[in-house]
Amino acid sequence: MNITNKEYGEITKRRSPNTKAGLSFTKAFLFGGAICVVGEAFLNLYTHLGFTRIDSGTLTSMTLIFIAAILTGLKLYDKMSKHGGAGTLVPITGFANAVVAPALEYKTEGYILGVGAKMFTIAGPVIVYGIAASALYGILYYIMR
Amino acid sequence: MDYLWAFLIGGGICLIGQALIDYTRLTPARILVIFVVAGVVLTALGWYEPLVDFAGAGATVPLTGFGYLLAEGVRRSVDSGGLLGAFTGGLGASAAGLEAVMIMGLIVAVLFKRGDKTT
Amino acid sequence: MGRFIKGGTVEMYNSPSVKAFAAAVGKKEGDGPLAKHFDYIGEDITFGAGSHGKDSWEKAESVLQQKALSLALRKGDLGENDIDIIFAGDLLNQCVASGYAARDYEIPFIGLYGACSTMAESLALAAVFIENGLGGNAAAMTSSHYCTAERQFRFPVNYGSHRTPTSQWTATAAGCAIVTPRMPESPPPYIYSVTFGRVKDYGIKDANNMGAAMAGAAYATISTHLTNTGKTIDDFDYIVTGDLGLVGSEVMYDLFDKDRINIKKKHKDCGLMLYDLETQDVHAGGSGCGCGAGVLCGYFMREISAGKLKNILFTATGALMSPTILQQGESIPGIAHAIHIGNG
Repeated sequence: MNITNKEYGEITKRRSPNTKAGLSFTKAFLFGGAICVVGEAFLNLYTHLGFTRIDSGTLTSMTLIFIAAILTGLKLYDKMSKHGGAGTLVPITGFANAVVAPALEYKTEGYILGVGAKMFTIAGPVIVYGIAASALYGILYYIMR
Repeated sequence: MDYLWAFLIGGGICLIGQALIDYTRLTPARILVIFVVAGVVLTALGWYEPLVDFAGAGATVPLTGFGYLLAEGVRRSVDSGGLLGAFTGGLGASAAGLEAVMIMGLIVAVLFKRGDKTT
Repeated sequence: MGRFIKGGTVEMYNSPSVKAFAAAVGKKEGDGPLAKHFDYIGEDITFGAGSHGKDSWEKAESVLQQKALSLALRKGDLGENDIDIIFAGDLLNQCVASGYAARDYEIPFIGLYGACSTMAESLALAAVFIENGLGGNAAAMTSSHYCTAERQFRFPVNYGSHRTPTSQWTATAAGCAIVTPRMPESPPPYIYSVTFGRVKDYGIKDANNMGAAMAGAAYATISTHLTNTGKTIDDFDYIVTGDLGLVGSEVMYDLFDKDRINIKKKHKDCGLMLYDLETQDVHAGGSGCGCGAGVLCGYFMREISAGKLKNILFTATGALMSPTILQQGESIPGIAHAIHIGNG
């Protein structure tokens, strides 16, 4: 029997289950929302302590990064994200996990070429394209303001 | 009240991410890039700032908030320092977060033992 | 001397005997439904390969492969010097798990890459080697390790990445089989024929759906083997695949349905046998070279040896891709090799 790639693709598609959207959506919403609530609590705390709005925001980010990094070290963040999906991927804690996990993983290849070089294998593109987009915005803003 | 909005908006942004995972089969790295660039674009258009005022951490904690931070930093730097600001503002505004993540990466790599997920 | 039939099949007139076989697995596999069939279950995922903080999973995989080899040697009452050649492979770049496993032995070594088909590939080569009178004992072995595969093909293990429902869990397992010429007193299992498969690509690009990418190769090789040897699926107790998993198995059933062959009633997939799919969170089943190797050398060889099974067609499938070439937009080619093993 001969079969075309198109027919094969159709069989594959029919036989491949999709993620149970309802459940994954609910979990992503709950985890993501909860992490933002924790962020909001720190934001209020730092504002209450007398920091400026910008500094409070910066401190909040640093605090969340700190917590996520420790949770990654304790192997708890990946357990959380098994349920959280995008809810643990999209917040800044997911960004911290994306940097800390390879740093920890590649320790076996040494601190320079392992930890140092591999740290941004996942998060690198985020910084590159974020910075590039913001620089482009800066140039346009300079011309048009 | 601000906690409720942080929860709803933050959860909602993550929900968009989950939809991208479930329906587009985009890899996580691509989704994160999309979120950051989207944050920059929305801030440039002036649409993200109101969301931040409204939802606080609900808008700044998701990675679109990182894009917001970059774009805001660039705008302020261009205002104060001209064209050069377009190239210093982004990293300047995000320096604390990026340094925190690198230093924590190093500290965790030194102090912790990696896990294996197989038990 | 075996007879080579056009189309990749070799029929063995002397049907070499599998003198000894052993399976060594990790803890998660040891918690699965086949636990009692394994010769060794490691409690620690590093298998003693390194001290605290300096452990290497690559070295751990080598140690696991050595466990399988040394257990097979012991079970066959053989010494290192009795083995004329080793055919071995694994999933890692440059086959390091196998090469580093073999460096502690004074045995001629052939390194193979057949992705998850390597158990069938190595065992088929060992059988052909022995059938043609080239040696007294040939070892076939392979391994895979969840952590080494994960960091090479996907993400760092502690990265919280999302697994899709079609994704499979790489088995931490190794298997070794030692093939020897059949004498009147040689016990089963025996190897009657093998078919070396062709590379088949049906354009599947989703690296999280390997079973589906490989199902076409399994279908092609099984069909070819049946045609070339004049057998039907009813001549076998089971048609055993390596790691098609839930999705790949269903795709293969659909392909055979088009030929009006109901293979489902005869089919067993090692990836679906190794774990309890309900409780062990492996999504679409197990995968990896060690999945087929562990289940073949742990379960099926024993059942055949004990006379509980008479004939199986072991068909391990592999996906011949790398992350690099997938990033370049290529699709995933599959391969499958089939071996008829029995006790008659």
